[in-house]
Amino acid sequence: MSDSKPQVWHEIVLASLKANNVKLITYVPDRVLRPLIKALHADPFFLTFATTREEEAIGIVTGAWMGGMRGALLMQTSGFATIPNALASLVCPCQIPALLFVSERGTLGEFNLGQAMVCKTMRPVLDALGMENHTITRQDELAFILDRSIKQAVATQAPVAFILSPLLTGGKVFAQ
Amino acid sequence: MSQSMSQTQTGAIGAHNAKIMNRFTLTQRLVDKLKHDEAVIGGIGNANFDLWAAGQRPQNFYMLGSMGLAIPIALGVAIAQPKRHVLALEGDGSLLMQLGCLTTVATLAPKNLTMIVWDNGIYQITGGQPTASASTADLVTIARGCGIANAAWAADEDDFDRLVTAALSQGGPTLIAARVDEKPAVATTDRDPVRIRANFMVGLGVRT
Repeated sequence: MSDSKPQVWHEIVLASLKANNVKLITYVPDRVLRPLIKALHADPFFLTFATTREEEAIGIVTGAWMGGMRGALLMQTSGFATIPNALASLVCPCQIPALLFVSERGTLGEFNLGQAMVCKTMRPVLDALGMENHTITRQDELAFILDRSIKQAVATQAPVAFILSPLLTGGKVFAQ
Repeated sequence: MSQSMSQTQTGAIGAHNAKIMNRFTLTQRLVDKLKHDEAVIGGIGNANFDLWAAGQRPQNFYMLGSMGLAIPIALGVAIAQPKRHVLALEGDGSLLMQLGCLTTVATLAPKNLTMIVWDNGIYQITGGQPTASASTADLVTIARGCGIANAAWAADEDDFDRLVTAALSQGGPTLIAARVDEKPAVATTDRDPVRIRANFMVGLGVRT
């Protein structure tokens, strides 16, 4: 963060991942995450690729961690709803510090009823699993939360979820 | 193996010529070939159990839950440790649950990844309900369609040995499918995920 010009949220996420040696980036595409995904693909420090399902990415990141490489998953709210079994039967019991970035749909101007409903399941699931999770709304807190939480995940061998609020990213707005 | 099953598999690539073998026998033959601390990811259920029974190598990871994720886990290990060969042992039902992972494997094309599929045509651990591979789906054809060019049915035990040797030496990704019988696994695994994971990381040289 030595750059004097103010960074945008996705530049801060990329810098935090790099500073913490998180090289493997898996994702299921999301419109809001597009600039982050594009920047990750463009940076040769990272191995960035899409998976067909979020569950699959959970497996890949788990294998990579056991092989000595740190990894993260990028997804949107509805994608999170597809992974509780993989979290409860693999990541949590095996103590894998998977880093989950969830682009939050379903709130603050959602236009899709399905997204609004699935969003309501996310935090109860995270809490039921006892998973550390942070909803990030402010850019000035982003670097601190990511850096400290990634270090904590590795040190305590526990996964963490970062919920990127529309207050941070701008979210997705209804097409007029 | 029912008569109807062998009749309905005749349209499949190679599968109609494939001998019905035994999973534990093939697992033993596979493990005997591993001379370079290759990593092996055992899928949930009988793939895992027979891997355990074939000898508890420190480079074995026994996946106790997360059905369908043996190949993705193996892919992750293969990415993290490109100099080590990594094998996934998966059942037909498990692979059918996560077919999309074959397209990811094909896209990344790791040379150090081999996928072994035990196809008994049933969800064995839940009471023998038929899988689609018992009748209409050919897992090798599916793998080729996903972009895994090195995908083949093992015709018999010797062919299985030959395919495994080729996969380990020539580089992959490779998928080897074997038709296997309905005999239950000969043992069950330990059930401690933390110990399994920690032993595996020591076996991979990540932890001491």
